[in-house]
Amino acid sequence: MDKIYSALTQIVGEDYVSNRPEELFTYSKDLGTSPPQFPEYVAAPRTAEEVSRIVRMANQEKVAVVPLGGGMTLAGLALPLRGGIVLDLKRMDRIIELNEKARYVVIEAGASHGKLTAHLHKHAPHLMHSEPGAPPAATIGGNLAIHGQGDLAHPYGFNSDMLNGLEVVLPTGEICRFGSCAIGCAWYTLHPLPDLGLFLGWNGSTGIITKVSLRLFPCKKFREMDIFVVEDETLIPDVLFALTHVGMAEDLVAWSSAIPPFANELHHISINITGDSKEEMEFKRRQIFDIKLSKYIRDGVGAIGAVAQPSERPQISKSADWKKGGGFEYVGSIMPVAAYPECYRRGAEISTRHDIPYTVLGRVIGAAHGMMFSWSYAFNRADDRSVQHARDALHETDDLVMELGGTIWKPAVFGQQLLMSRMDPNTLQMMKKVKTMLDPNGIMNPGNWEVA
Amino acid sequence: MALAQYKYKDDIHRCFRCGYCKFPGDWSDVTNCPAYARFRMESYSTGGRLWLIRAWVNGELQWSEHLGRIVYACAACNNCVEKCPLSFSDDIVQMVVAAKNEMVELGLLPTPVKTYLQNVQLHGNPYGLAAKRRGEWMADLAVAPYDDQEFLLFVGSEGAYDSRAQQAARALALTLQAAGLSFGVLGKEETDDGNEVELLGEDGLAEMVAQQNIQTFQKKGVRKIVTFSPHAYNAFKAIYPKYGGRFEVWHYTQLLAQLMRKGAIKPAGAEAAKITFHDPCFLGRWHNEYKAPRQVLQAIPGVQLVEMARNKKSALCCGGGAGNAVIDLLGGSPDSPARIRAREAAATGAAVLAVACPNCLTMLEDAVKVEGLEDRLAVRDIAELIRP
Repeated sequence: MDKIYSALTQIVGEDYVSNRPEELFTYSKDLGTSPPQFPEYVAAPRTAEEVSRIVRMANQEKVAVVPLGGGMTLAGLALPLRGGIVLDLKRMDRIIELNEKARYVVIEAGASHGKLTAHLHKHAPHLMHSEPGAPPAATIGGNLAIHGQGDLAHPYGFNSDMLNGLEVVLPTGEICRFGSCAIGCAWYTLHPLPDLGLFLGWNGSTGIITKVSLRLFPCKKFREMDIFVVEDETLIPDVLFALTHVGMAEDLVAWSSAIPPFANELHHISINITGDSKEEMEFKRRQIFDIKLSKYIRDGVGAIGAVAQPSERPQISKSADWKKGGGFEYVGSIMPVAAYPECYRRGAEISTRHDIPYTVLGRVIGAAHGMMFSWSYAFNRADDRSVQHARDALHETDDLVMELGGTIWKPAVFGQQLLMSRMDPNTLQMMKKVKTMLDPNGIMNPGNWEVA
Repeated sequence: MALAQYKYKDDIHRCFRCGYCKFPGDWSDVTNCPAYARFRMESYSTGGRLWLIRAWVNGELQWSEHLGRIVYACAACNNCVEKCPLSFSDDIVQMVVAAKNEMVELGLLPTPVKTYLQNVQLHGNPYGLAAKRRGEWMADLAVAPYDDQEFLLFVGSEGAYDSRAQQAARALALTLQAAGLSFGVLGKEETDDGNEVELLGEDGLAEMVAQQNIQTFQKKGVRKIVTFSPHAYNAFKAIYPKYGGRFEVWHYTQLLAQLMRKGAIKPAGAEAAKITFHDPCFLGRWHNEYKAPRQVLQAIPGVQLVEMARNKKSALCCGGGAGNAVIDLLGGSPDSPARIRAREAAATGAAVLAVACPNCLTMLEDAVKVEGLEDRLAVRDIAELIRP
């Protein structure tokens, strides 16, 4: 029997290992436009110890290991570019500790965001975590490995800023902990110990995140989404600055899209408001609409698009089926809020060139310290030309991000190379040293963040 | 080799593999798809299965026993149909069935599926037992043959042959007799209802057994049918009309609820105070009937009905649908859906796990035994809980 297959079955059990064509096919594809990349094995471990044993074996055999969470990046970040073993981490999905008084949860990295939301809703409805703008099957660890952000980005920043602790299996197999948990304390803070930020944003190329302590935040009793609409995109930064100054919203997202037609060339700001009482909700509405947005209405350049719409968590997205084609992919970027008008205009041009209805979205991070701006491109999975158009549009958009002075969020390999081609040489060399030191055999998700 | 005739060739690529289909209504876990719960590989999720079917249909992937097992591991529980937010969601299970149609057409079937279909063809039941033994379940009961009574009681292959399901079928017959209901049975003249045969992709055989039953029903003047199994209920409600068989169809829990309302059935005290109920997929998600079984249970004096966390539209399937109660592609593991369900039932603190389906009955009773829970959790068909 194949030596690696045999080793994997001994570690995780025969049911959870495969080298059959059906599993290799399934794990060769992600949901976006990336061409298939075939692994040689798929394994689904249950514990950090099993992950550690697999990684040690992979070092001996010099075989690549690619950690996979929900597989929702769309950018091919968990595709096995050099073959090897795909580790499907979704069996590692236990919620280990919910500490309501210290407002954190310790959770295995393969747990879905949907599971955490449901758990909090049931056991601590006054607390919430930041849900990414992804289907609820996205995993906690996967989202951190790509520096994700979510629906609490305005008040609290990136999801990866909400960490109290991490457990990671290093590329050489050691299980390490970071934060207060590393000194045997509860998982309540990542600080003020020396900063070892070696794993976030690395797409699993420096280690496999296996446990996480996430901060939890107050979850109010009432929530609604209001929408403010302007026609002139140049007004969006001012509106967002005004709204972040007043600080009454839980989430702020500016968006425009060709479909549905009523939204075409209009710019909508979805404003999530939450409160523990009707008075609090009304106070926040007054601060937002009467104090900050009324001048746009009086000037005839802005309008209220909707009031008190339900704001569901998790979000349900149907955007994958806009072309009845089962696919879309987007470029995400971190941009200054002031760049919204240019991002919109140039993105719409790219979409037009490729005959794809444009969809753009900017989610405010912090007090307008930046925004995650995304350009989405729907495609028909059954039409190779449509897929190629989307792929070309994505690459052009990566170039656009660079041109506009942004950084690409969770870049695909093409985008990673663009970023590294512009990166400060000393920073680049440090990345290389860190990677080489942690992963001497180069087995961890090779091809990602690979410095030449 | 591409399969040009595959029915959903123009739609199957629309699955994005977003994973909504894995969840129950409250998003509490990714294990509400029984096949994915068992194997935890994306290939066994609804999305993975649809992508594999598409690859096979397009000729990117060759058929194999393993591919066949992945496709046939779908228990047709309809959880994916319930949860998928996209406009093609109603067709998801049928996309899988259409792939099975192609496999049948090409003679490419996993061995247990082939055996199942041959048994139905040869013996009129999936167990391969003699057709002449079909009436043995009621040998010592004074159940009348159908002869223009108000109802035909259709016990189905499970009730007729499976020893555990026979007990429940007998309890049902006794209850209906005690209620004074006018009903009869077909005995040896009954044959398999064909529900699973259709879901296993053998349309020709499904039509044949349907026609056989329809002819029998029509010859005997049957107008109203009460079914023991929700699978037969689905066959008569949703499949037989395609072949001209239109009857008034009741699942027995619906009839019991009505008889109780009329006072024709007055159940004695409960076997246990605390009972939990497992929704059968072909009554619940397939036909939106969640009330009747609960009304029956709640009418039993002394019963406290406690719900499992996953219930009604979000109930976890026992893994017995689409022939899996017999072909058993989802068994053999602590992660088998029936064993997960048995643990969930035990976690409610209930002493009885009530079911309303002979497939669920055998699947869950076996699971309770393997889990070592039989000392504190009994699996009972609702018919057994109210028998006189």
